[in-house]
Amino acid sequence: MLRILQFLYRVRAFLLFAFLEFLAIWMIVANNSPQGAAFFNSSNELVGSALKKQADVVQFFSLADANTALVEENARLKQELLQLQVKPDSIPLAIDSTLEATFELKGARVVANSLRFSQNYLTLYKGAKDGVKPGMGVFNSQGIVGRVKSVSENYSVAFSVLNTSLLISAKIKSSEVFGSVQWDGVKASEVQLLYVPRHVKASKGDTVITSGFNAVFPEGLLIGQISKVEVNKKDPNYLSITITLSTDFSKLNYVYLVENTQFQEIDSLYRQSDLPNEY
Amino acid sequence: MNIRNLFSYSFVILILGLVQILFLKNLALFGHAFGFLYLLGLLILPSTLRTIPLMLLAFVLGFILDVFFETIGMHTAAATLFAFLKPIWLKTASPTGGFDEAEEPSLTQIGLGRYVSYAFPLLFIYSLAFFIADQWGTGGFLGVLSKSFFSAVFTLILTILVQVLFFRRKRGIS
Repeated sequence: MLRILQFLYRVRAFLLFAFLEFLAIWMIVANNSPQGAAFFNSSNELVGSALKKQADVVQFFSLADANTALVEENARLKQELLQLQVKPDSIPLAIDSTLEATFELKGARVVANSLRFSQNYLTLYKGAKDGVKPGMGVFNSQGIVGRVKSVSENYSVAFSVLNTSLLISAKIKSSEVFGSVQWDGVKASEVQLLYVPRHVKASKGDTVITSGFNAVFPEGLLIGQISKVEVNKKDPNYLSITITLSTDFSKLNYVYLVENTQFQEIDSLYRQSDLPNEY
Repeated sequence: MNIRNLFSYSFVILILGLVQILFLKNLALFGHAFGFLYLLGLLILPSTLRTIPLMLLAFVLGFILDVFFETIGMHTAAATLFAFLKPIWLKTASPTGGFDEAEEPSLTQIGLGRYVSYAFPLLFIYSLAFFIADQWGTGGFLGVLSKSFFSAVFTLILTILVQVLFFRRKRGIS
């Protein structure tokens, strides 16, 4: 017995090492499971406020760019609004479910962002206090950005599109063929469009947008343009399509959060019929 | 290690940690070479420091970094491995009458050649562990290998630069 204890005492460093490694690997696994709650991350108040201080300094230098982008978008929206404004003599339309507003938007500031790892996340300065919930979509004027993962009082953490575990339902605009967008972890400007069958004619330069099937993003948000079409080497029934992202992830300052007010209903319907809901 | 050294080591580690978090977060040369400069703080800790406190320190450092980088567990796992291997490597790799005479295995104490042969393998193993954890299940092993190699080289260059610029020759630490 004594010798066992002596032996254990001699290898105590290794035992502690094994224990700490186990702890670290458990943290990695717990953090990467999409459903699992994250215990520690940058939505923590202390870390969030430190990151915000850093962003305050860094983003000061890109204020002019952010301003220009906002003004341009404002102008575009104003123009659309003018076209939509109802003339006083037109007939009133009854609002039914097809015209009901199902998406609500919020603006948020990006305080931290990474694009060099294979699981990248954004930290946003808007949290539960402002009505942010896990599962909301994130986009900006250039295109889609990601999806909210977890929320604290003032901050929230979102999966970036540049995260290999995020799937987004998408379609090719011209042909309405749909598939899933996923990052392969290689280049921060390119993603893959998966599950497009081989008979589909897709060509370089086609625009890819969100499909609106997933109840997270509204239909028609820009994702990017097709830059390469090849037959998938692993499974020749499918095409392997590379998309150049329209969003510049290295210059994210402000983003929009979108919430589908009918998400609960659609989600429970999917569950009732045992369909997996991809995001 | 006396109390004064303790302060100066804590100060160096704190500064390196801040630099890592504030400046080196999104820096990657050619998207390939990452700089893990904070490891310098662990590298220069004297050989008299035991494995267990070293490992605990590395665990905590890695964890703090992870929380800021949103890479929970990855730096922690790699840094713990790094701290576990450091004393062993110091012991086995020291040439006869080598490292152990110098208390602190820093560039100014042991010279460039020895420093490179001491630091590079450790940095490489750290990077390898980190990128394997990062790209688990995605990406090929070749990509991980090249990323690790170039990150280790880049980190090594950074640590040498910092030591040449900021560490005084006499006491080792400014």
